[in-house]
Amino acid sequence: MSAPRPAGQPLVEVRDLVKHYAAERGWFGLGRPRPPVRAVDGVSFAIGGGSTLGLVGESGSGKTTVGRTMLRLQEATSGRVFFEGSDVFALDSGRLRALRRRMQIVFQDPYSSLNPRMTVGETLREPLKIHHLSGEVSSLLEEVGLDPAFAKRYPHELSGGQRQRVGIARALSVEPRFVVCDEPVSALDVSVQAQVLNLLADLQSRRRLTYLFIAHDLAVVRHIADTVAVMYLGKIVERAPAAEIYALPRHPYTRALLSAVPEPDPRATKRRIVLSGDIPSPAHPPPGCPFHPRCPHPKKSERCRTEVPPLREVPPQSGHLAACHYAEQPM
Amino acid sequence: MTLGTWFALLVAIILAAEAVRAVRHRAFGSERWRRFFRHPTAAWGVGILAFLVIVAVAAPLIAPFDPDRQLDIIGLKNHPPSWTFLLGTDVLSRDVWSRIVYGARVSLGIGGLGALVAVSVGSLVGAVAGYYRRWVDAVLMRTVDIGLALPRIFILLMAVALWDRLPFWVLVLAIGLTSWFGTGRLVRAEVLSLRERDYVLAARALGAGAGGVIFRHVLPNAAAPVIVSAALGVGNVLLLEASLSFLGIGIRPPTPSWGNMIADGAPSVYTAPWTTVAAGLAISLVVMSLNAVADGLRDALDPHEEGGAT
Amino acid sequence: MLRVRDLKTYFVTEHGRGTARAVDEVSFDLYPGETLGIVGESGCGKTVTSLSILRLVPEPPGHILPGSLIEFEGRNLLALPAPELRAVRGNQIAMIFQEPMTSLNPVFTVGDQIGEAAIIHQHLSRKAARARAIEMLKLVGIADPEERVDDYPHQLSGGMRQRVMIAMALVCHPKVLIADEPTTALDVTIQAQILELLDRLQQELGMAVLLITHDLGLVAGHADRVVVMYAGRVVETAETTELFDRPTHPYTEGLLAAVPRIDAPLARLHAIPGQVPAATAWPAGCRFHPRCPYAWDKCIAQEPPLLETGVTGHAARCWLVTEPERRQAKR
Repeated sequence: MSAPRPAGQPLVEVRDLVKHYAAERGWFGLGRPRPPVRAVDGVSFAIGGGSTLGLVGESGSGKTTVGRTMLRLQEATSGRVFFEGSDVFALDSGRLRALRRRMQIVFQDPYSSLNPRMTVGETLREPLKIHHLSGEVSSLLEEVGLDPAFAKRYPHELSGGQRQRVGIARALSVEPRFVVCDEPVSALDVSVQAQVLNLLADLQSRRRLTYLFIAHDLAVVRHIADTVAVMYLGKIVERAPAAEIYALPRHPYTRALLSAVPEPDPRATKRRIVLSGDIPSPAHPPPGCPFHPRCPHPKKSERCRTEVPPLREVPPQSGHLAACHYAEQPM
Repeated sequence: MTLGTWFALLVAIILAAEAVRAVRHRAFGSERWRRFFRHPTAAWGVGILAFLVIVAVAAPLIAPFDPDRQLDIIGLKNHPPSWTFLLGTDVLSRDVWSRIVYGARVSLGIGGLGALVAVSVGSLVGAVAGYYRRWVDAVLMRTVDIGLALPRIFILLMAVALWDRLPFWVLVLAIGLTSWFGTGRLVRAEVLSLRERDYVLAARALGAGAGGVIFRHVLPNAAAPVIVSAALGVGNVLLLEASLSFLGIGIRPPTPSWGNMIADGAPSVYTAPWTTVAAGLAISLVVMSLNAVADGLRDALDPHEEGGAT
Repeated sequence: MLRVRDLKTYFVTEHGRGTARAVDEVSFDLYPGETLGIVGESGCGKTVTSLSILRLVPEPPGHILPGSLIEFEGRNLLALPAPELRAVRGNQIAMIFQEPMTSLNPVFTVGDQIGEAAIIHQHLSRKAARARAIEMLKLVGIADPEERVDDYPHQLSGGMRQRVMIAMALVCHPKVLIADEPTTALDVTIQAQILELLDRLQQELGMAVLLITHDLGLVAGHADRVVVMYAGRVVETAETTELFDRPTHPYTEGLLAAVPRIDAPLARLHAIPGQVPAATAWPAGCRFHPRCPYAWDKCIAQEPPLLETGVTGHAARCWLVTEPERRQAKR
């Protein structure tokens, strides 16, 4: 059994998580091996109970893989994850099943996240049965703002926002403490997106949930996260309390991401930083700082091309981490 | 034909029509069945298949003669169709209609059981390969490649070398075990894509075991292509049995199957065409009905069609 | 330049459940050299509107009703015989789509695909078409165009494919470019690149752009005028700054308040309650009334016409224009 947690210790902790995908080989594994895809390349963070970490990145950044390996939906290559003090990767299948009551996930695509052949009621009853819980489908539906009559409907009869609410109810059915929200609002229309974000915030305060909120949109994350981590090519390049990172982004990539968010204000006079080039393939990350080929920082130097910048606190003891050689002089 | 056999035939037709009507009636309650019956041919397919199954089951009541009895080898040889011999007689003076009726037992039996074997093996192999991937997948799929590359007739001829004339159950197994390769591929592809769906991941995240995931979330969603391929498979097996019998390695005479009826009638196809045409039509009718039913099933089982969201 | 009047595009739904009035009496004008934004959420009819302009709506199940008018340089495109319509398509009015992956044919090189329109419409030789393709690739900012011209679509990244799509659309120097969600499928930093490119090309080539999007942020930064659509109708139209300063229709107002922002004070997001109704059963009266915070009996009884607000070019389909005091009372 895990020892009782001392106060102030995080609920979830990820230490040096790595996930490499071996490249496909030919028949029976013959053929020349190719470099692995480094989807996640040494990621560490901790989330305190009841708070939200926003994990932001573009496609190929590895943000989704982080969430899935934490729940052991994919096996990590190396690294460790601690949940309430116990080592998640060391659990046997029985303990893992018990753990899955405590850690849940909400998916991005409301169309593929529900089994099309099961009614909403069947979908919600399944986890209750697995864990012998006494929860009620109707109260779960009410909690996510749906009429209990929805239990008889099939997913195709629901709108995207309603499906997403069912997905949230399914995650809540086992009374978790920690929920990975994997881009839960990216596929929704703006007005519905706001409904779902507000619902997630309400549920968090009502149930004292801890969230890992994965998104590609810094504006969305701002409305829910206490801490924000920005990923690029499998690495966290900046991590700071939310207010800090929006006020003074220290990594040039964060800065560019922020400036790329289209603001609904025709008079916005902010300077657009348009990055050149594409996101490199995680199978062939650039040497040195992974961001250097696209970096617009005026101080960019030879050092960026050769030396990987560590994630360090700037200024010291501030709780604001950035992986840039020139984090002291942000753009 | 006696009054009794006419009456039995009439009852069979009424029962088949009644079966279609009953299924159709249920259709009003279910979106899925409504979509099935949107194809007018699907209803005919169901009706014809139901009729043939009833005929096969009730063969002794419907057939006016013993199918193997040579009625009068001199006087009734290749007798053209008449009221007494509805579809005429064959070269051995046997009643063709009675042989069609009894042949339905054999042919539909081989078709149904053969397809069942093929689909079961195919689904199992496909599901295992798709779910476990890695070397299991590689080995099974290379087997499938080899199976698809070898001519089936060649394999069956080798089996004949062992048995001379194949007993019914060997024939069913031989046909079934050489017909599953396509289904296996189909199911594997389906399982490969389904196992990555978010609802499958969600079920795993909720603590569902491998069995629960496969039987609740993966296989039901793979059922549509499997059922459709099974319906088409029955037709294929039927045609295969016909060609095997035509080659003389199918069902052992004098037991009638639609395939060996064609083989028996082939020499006299110009002088007494009814002997072959009847069996040929029966086979075509079954294959066409199955195709119609498969078309209807394809639409009925497609969850994307549900709700008609455009 | 392009005049759309009373456009009605309906779809007959399968198994005769009814008619989906996807686009219902939509009117707007596009002037030379300007960018007109059409904004709305999924199901509002914006994409069907854009497809209707070039008569690309699949028929059946769709059909454009008689009485609709789409006038381009004095000719009604809806009445044009097929050969003449083809001479307009891709030549004078060009289109770019949302999905760069499925909009390019995987078996032809990008050079072939870019040059195709020039061969069809301008009767260029193969060699001249190839030279034109290289020139276009240079124009859309692709490095090494002489080499890229022989690449196949799968060899390019998402952002490059969208550039190729733009090059294809612009090869005949069209007068009107219809851009249907041109950046929705792209990452934020790539999206910024493509938008900058479109702005630059519009200035250089002097074409009019119809920008169709769900993103109010895009419209704010790139459109001169805006048309807001809801439930198959135009609900508000105005110059961009006017629309964002004084959103008049409650839907526009709600949509603006629902956008998560990074530059405004942090507050709970405003959500529009409910969801978009089905196109087969728009509500009677004002189609927004079931979701509108101000609705009163008149809104249920009678659908408002587009009412001038008093500012030039600003009109809204809302009774509040005639009774503005009701808006104040609600606040």
